[in-house]
Amino acid sequence: MNSTKNNINSRRESLGFFFFFFFLFAQLFSDRRYKAPLLVGSLLCMEKQGGIVTSNLLGSASRLLRKCLFSILSFGPMPTHIAFIMDGNRRYAKKRSIKQGVGHRDGFTTLTSNLKYCYEMGVKYVTVYAFSIDNFKRDSSEVRFLMDLMKEKIDELLKQDSVINRYGARVNFWGNLDLLSEPVRSAAKELMASTASNKGPVLSVCVAYTSADEIMHAVQEVCRERRERLQREHGRVNGMGNETDSDVSVADLEQHFYTAGCPDPDIVIRTSGETRLSNFLLWQSTNSHLQNPVRLWPEFSLRHLIWAILEYQRVYSYLEDTRNLSKKNE
Amino acid sequence: METHLIQMYMRLANEFARTFDSLFHRIQSSMILKFILGLFWHLLHIAVSLVHIWSYVIQQLRCYIISSGLFAKYRNFSLSRLRYLAVIVDSQEAKHTAKIKQLLSWLSAIGVKHVALYDAEGVLKKSIDFGQTRLRDRSAGTCLDGDVNCVTSLCNYEEMSIELLSFTDGKEGIAKAASFLCSDYLKNDSDDCGRTETLFTEANMTKALKAVGYYGPEPDLLLVYGPARCHLGFPPWRLRYTEIMHMGPLKSMKYSAIVKALYDFSKKYQNYGS
Repeated sequence: MNSTKNNINSRRESLGFFFFFFFLFAQLFSDRRYKAPLLVGSLLCMEKQGGIVTSNLLGSASRLLRKCLFSILSFGPMPTHIAFIMDGNRRYAKKRSIKQGVGHRDGFTTLTSNLKYCYEMGVKYVTVYAFSIDNFKRDSSEVRFLMDLMKEKIDELLKQDSVINRYGARVNFWGNLDLLSEPVRSAAKELMASTASNKGPVLSVCVAYTSADEIMHAVQEVCRERRERLQREHGRVNGMGNETDSDVSVADLEQHFYTAGCPDPDIVIRTSGETRLSNFLLWQSTNSHLQNPVRLWPEFSLRHLIWAILEYQRVYSYLEDTRNLSKKNE
Repeated sequence: METHLIQMYMRLANEFARTFDSLFHRIQSSMILKFILGLFWHLLHIAVSLVHIWSYVIQQLRCYIISSGLFAKYRNFSLSRLRYLAVIVDSQEAKHTAKIKQLLSWLSAIGVKHVALYDAEGVLKKSIDFGQTRLRDRSAGTCLDGDVNCVTSLCNYEEMSIELLSFTDGKEGIAKAASFLCSDYLKNDSDDCGRTETLFTEANMTKALKAVGYYGPEPDLLLVYGPARCHLGFPPWRLRYTEIMHMGPLKSMKYSAIVKALYDFSKKYQNYGS
């Protein structure tokens, strides 16, 4: 009698462990809204045995599975620079019937998790389009909310245990920062300064940015440099310079972009299915694979990122050919 | 008994995690591991290809339904929002001038009035010769705005104006406009900061582009014919709010696919950031 009872118990335990790992694997690939119930499911499987599995164990098991997946992906060519246009926060909030602010907050959570996945995969540069100069046209309360959210998140990133410090990442803020309010601007500059010497992966956040504004800024900087050089050489500017002094080349402009020193993006992903670039990295995305998944940004999870990488790997040889051709053209 | 088992499993899992990490590094260079990884990678890509095959089948079905004229919405939609259309063609495929001309005649049949054709290497500029076909007015020196100083090739074809562009019309055009602005800036001797602010504006860049002959209107829709969805160096100043649609390779182009793309465009809504 006792032995049969023990047999039944041990069978139940092994079944419990099987389902625990099944739910763990499933939550890795699931949507945000299914992650929690699947995790609870895995915990319940363990609960029968009376133990509460620590979050560390779950976390390290997930990390392990992700590591396996990324090793498989790395067999093919991996991108060095991925750019995200984080579109669809407001539509997500409308869809879930939650406040717009919560939609933006969920968007930031998605950003940190995707950053984590990209850095684990070995993608060294990640650029995100956080706020366009055109977005200042929005309702002033929404703009103020977004600015406050940005300040709050920058302050969070400055803390010791943030995802930035865990990976030793360097943070850049690209854009016309003078258009931002003083608290946000100073917080951004502080974050840039504190991470400037980091040697790890690079996160570039485009705030108050448009490609057209970046090009004009570069032109202005080049002209200012030329004038200063002429003033040094000739004392005065008017009429002393040659014709060639005002010649600006493509390389001159590229040296003065915000993106100078950063390689061109390999993939530009715009979520929510929109097909336009909306003034984002127009100069730098010459040979980038432009992708527009239908998912909204807060719903963009690991499996969508993996799909994006697989799509890039499919067309990699074509992109390499065009890249080599445009190098020849320059 | 149960707690003992739990503790054992927990310890085992921790040990497993720790040793797996060190084992990982050691066997990373192993040939067997590479073989297994390669196998899984190819399996993943086979799955992706299957999904692509499925969506290709759906697309062909849709094209067949559209060309049969079953749905009225594909026959009567408004092209009023489409003022300027651009087409990017892969340079290798651009050598098939017969296909290009067929594409242009389809666009003309649909009712498109202004088209910009782009290919990165300038193959179209060299090979497109409208001499034998019905040609209205070959005005290679006239710009759309009537300015005489124009570098881009422009001609008419079946009541449609066609602009031919290549890689040099993009970044180099902006560099030349920047030189124009720079020479204007250096001519002025005073250190007037206000002048700097008024000179380096986007409106002045547009004027500078016109002055150096690299100006063109911004297309509303861009069709990409090639293996991948890339804009391959299309003039950045004209790509800001353009809807970009990937049509696949030129050799498998279909009239109904163009109709679908134009219909989808007519249904799009842009809020320009607000």
